[in-house]
Amino acid sequence: MDGFILQILNGLDKGSAYALIALGLTLIFGTLGVVNFAHGALFMIGAFCAVTLNRLLTLSYVTEDPSRTDFLGNPAKVETPYVVDWFGESVGLAMIDWVVPLAILFSIPIMVAVGLIMERGLIKHFYKRPHADQILVTFGLAIVLQEIIKYYYGANPIPTPAPEAFVGTFDFGAMLGFEPFTILYPYWRLVYFVFAVILIGAVFAFLQFTTFGMVVRAGMADRETVGLLGINIDRRFTLMFALAAVVAGLAGVMYTPIISPNYHMGMDFLVLSFVVVVVGGMGSLPGAVAAGFLLGILESFASMPVAISIIPGINQIIIYLVAIVILLTRPRGLMGRKGVMEE
Amino acid sequence: MGILEVKGVNKRFGGLQALGDVNLSVQEKSVHAIIGPNGAGKSTLLNCLIGKLIPDTGSVMFDGKSVLGRKPHEICQMGISRVFQTPEIFGDLTVFENVMIPCFAKRDGAFRLHAIETVMSEKDIVEQAEAMLSEVSMLDKRHMLASSLSRGDKRRLEMAMCLVQQPRLLLLDEPTAGMARADTNNTIDLLKEIHEKRDITMAIIEHDMHVVFSLAQRITVLAQGSPLVEDTPANIKGHPKVREAYLGETA
Amino acid sequence: MTDQTQNPPAIATGAQSTVKASRGGMLGLTANDFRLFLIVLVITFLAPFILNPFPEGSALAQFNAGYPDLMQRFVIFGIFAIGFNILFGLTGYLSFGHAAFLGVGSYGAIWMMKLLTLNVIPAIIMAIIVAGIFALMVGYVSLRRSGIYFSILTLAFAQMSYALAYSVLTPITGGETGLQIKNTDRPLLSNIQDGEIGRANLFGLEMRSSFELELGAWLFTFNAGYYIAAVVMLLAFYMSIRLFRSPFGMMLRAVKSNQQRMNYTGLNSKPYTLAAFVISGMYAGLAGGLMVAMDTQVGPERMFWTASGEVVLMAILGGAGTLIGPVLGAGFIKYMENIISKINSTILHEWFFWLPDGLENFVVALIYPFIGKGWHLTLGIMFMAVVIFLPGGLVEGGQRIAGWIKNRRGSGDGPDKDPEHHPKQAPHVGE
Repeated sequence: MDGFILQILNGLDKGSAYALIALGLTLIFGTLGVVNFAHGALFMIGAFCAVTLNRLLTLSYVTEDPSRTDFLGNPAKVETPYVVDWFGESVGLAMIDWVVPLAILFSIPIMVAVGLIMERGLIKHFYKRPHADQILVTFGLAIVLQEIIKYYYGANPIPTPAPEAFVGTFDFGAMLGFEPFTILYPYWRLVYFVFAVILIGAVFAFLQFTTFGMVVRAGMADRETVGLLGINIDRRFTLMFALAAVVAGLAGVMYTPIISPNYHMGMDFLVLSFVVVVVGGMGSLPGAVAAGFLLGILESFASMPVAISIIPGINQIIIYLVAIVILLTRPRGLMGRKGVMEE
Repeated sequence: MGILEVKGVNKRFGGLQALGDVNLSVQEKSVHAIIGPNGAGKSTLLNCLIGKLIPDTGSVMFDGKSVLGRKPHEICQMGISRVFQTPEIFGDLTVFENVMIPCFAKRDGAFRLHAIETVMSEKDIVEQAEAMLSEVSMLDKRHMLASSLSRGDKRRLEMAMCLVQQPRLLLLDEPTAGMARADTNNTIDLLKEIHEKRDITMAIIEHDMHVVFSLAQRITVLAQGSPLVEDTPANIKGHPKVREAYLGETA
Repeated sequence: MTDQTQNPPAIATGAQSTVKASRGGMLGLTANDFRLFLIVLVITFLAPFILNPFPEGSALAQFNAGYPDLMQRFVIFGIFAIGFNILFGLTGYLSFGHAAFLGVGSYGAIWMMKLLTLNVIPAIIMAIIVAGIFALMVGYVSLRRSGIYFSILTLAFAQMSYALAYSVLTPITGGETGLQIKNTDRPLLSNIQDGEIGRANLFGLEMRSSFELELGAWLFTFNAGYYIAAVVMLLAFYMSIRLFRSPFGMMLRAVKSNQQRMNYTGLNSKPYTLAAFVISGMYAGLAGGLMVAMDTQVGPERMFWTASGEVVLMAILGGAGTLIGPVLGAGFIKYMENIISKINSTILHEWFFWLPDGLENFVVALIYPFIGKGWHLTLGIMFMAVVIFLPGGLVEGGQRIAGWIKNRRGSGDGPDKDPEHHPKQAPHVGE
């Protein structure tokens, strides 16, 4: 039983990331009808927003401290981050410690800008082109974005730690009345899961309860009719692209303490997220979220030693296997609508 | 015994009785029109005829064989060709290729891995296609892309593609929908000519009365999913039940 | 042909042109196709000369591509792209998992060499068979869906194969390290001494054996492996021309154009697409087998999805659906990859030494991200540019340039070719 819970917990953080990326993919697909292979790159850019902020905050000037000497007898050099000077020691150091949460604020304008530029500059011209062209051009864009990041940040992963307060694990099992130390769960993964749930909830609430969201949902169902009603659906859809970019970006920001950002993390997640979207049902938002969590948890179960001993390698292929089975038995995915992407 | 026999066909969609006890017999070499106001079940009936929908009860027999549950290509291989509302042609292929494909389908069946010889070396197919194209006087457009044809030419090409297979039954689904009067008349003339020349059985689903009365030898009127009357055009014209169904007049 | 005699003269000339087009060539090809084939043949055979235009040791020698390893890659990826094009170019089904067939073929080939013989022919045949069977299985499942679902399914299968090759199937695939011919391998039919590492050969002719020709400052290398691969590529190319012009090829284009009409014409589109998929997979297997023949090793990274993406790039860049496009695309990408990734900042400084110092540094800094390790950035940009501006790829670009030149030449005099009567001539596939 405790093992069971542990696997579910382990699946949650990855599932959250899948769900968030798949949600954005579905939003873009549902509103703009574009298959965006560069969506993983947005996730990656988000993660690098955190890296960038971390670098900005730790920008330091060097002073010599005559009271101490290094091993050569020279005065010791002390690096003082500018933020410490500006905001005082306690606030400054706290900012550096809390860089990942701060990066959420930092990344939102950046992601909005990236999203708008992408949509207006490139994607806009591909609405009428075949899906194959959309896949290809966004695939090219994904390569370009990841290579730019690689050029400026290098090929190695860049560790970006969580705030001190969330480092380490807590004994989830003991809380539930199991043996102590059977279910140890890192704090940050729990934070990530909660964050993802809140973000997903916010997106759904936005779509459900605002007029803007209502128009967008109507547009997803029948774009032409909404356009005929005199509503400028295109502008809203552009904003939805920006929203999807923000969702992917935030998913990336918060993921940095779990996986040190590297330039190809976007592509790694993209392939799986696409599988998630297809499993959930192209164009279905709840489907994307449900399938994200489902596949994340399944993957975690498949990584259990028991599972691997029964079917070796199952952890590597489970997601693809599930995708194949689902696509063949339920062609439209778990919650897909009729007529989406069916030529 | 007609070439196409529809017997006791019922089809329900949830609470809606789309087709109720439809009986229909299309005689060989006749032009049979099925008409009816919107929502009368014409499309549902058509979909049953081509195997796309399977009726809840009843049978659809073509030449003594059931068509129910068969795939489109099987139905076509049985000898039923279909003309669509908007012409369905191979837009990225040339006119000539468009006509050759049905020739190959007729000769080689639903699938043949035929990957070595060139298309042009198939003399009999080339001849057949050329003959067909000159019959619809499109031979001079043979090298054009089908998508660049005018709408009327597209319709003619589609007809040619159906006729070159020498089908035993030609199903026409509103062949003049959305056409201007002149185009409609051209299409009527084309169909008439085809019928006279080839003695081909045609079933036309249509709501344009002008088309129906210029072509059909027998007419079935559908209303609310059931055949109202079946008769010759002359008798249908003044039929009180038909007027009622179309105009809502009480008899 | 009684009808033809009745036709007005204009139509009769049309009929003649079809007849003419089917004559004049050789090997069962039309004159145009035969010319194309001949050009490719001459270029491939003279490649060691053509690709080495710069004298050894000169500053431009780094642009030479006439060394065996790279030339082999040109033709092998050419085969891969030709095969991919049979599926994507004709039927429009975009497979994102084609590298899996190449990988599977490679594994099949290397086992043949390890166990049976170091002669490359059985290995290559094995590669084709294994890849074909695998493609049949993957295709049977994937082709039940179309559009993006098909792409994702193929991607899923390829990633699955990659993951399996990496982990569970290690006994067969050698896992991360892959497979090589070792000094402990004793192929049944080859006479290998103890401790000797067997080398791939064709009836005794070793793949790596080369003949070098020095002409003045130039050095030309004629490599056995390259010529064997080139012959295979020409054969594959010839087969693809035949396929493109055959009724089967026409049916595949019909699948792409209008599946509904195809079905209502009495044709079953599924076996057609499946056959195209399997043929395409066999081409990939052939490429994989040749890779092993040239360089006797395999690793799972060959099946990674970026490798599948690469072949998509090649086909698109060259011109999907055309005959020569994929070969051009493969050659172009492999050449650029090789050359651009070799340029470094020192070389750049050498090039721009004539600029004033500040400007020189600026220009070098501007170009630097795109060269060396930045090759993928250049590739990505090139790829986007092609999809945006030139969806028909290099072939379309060439056609446009040719058309532009023709227009400029013909604008003064020369009778117009009656544009009214032929508003839109079908582009001849493959030129």
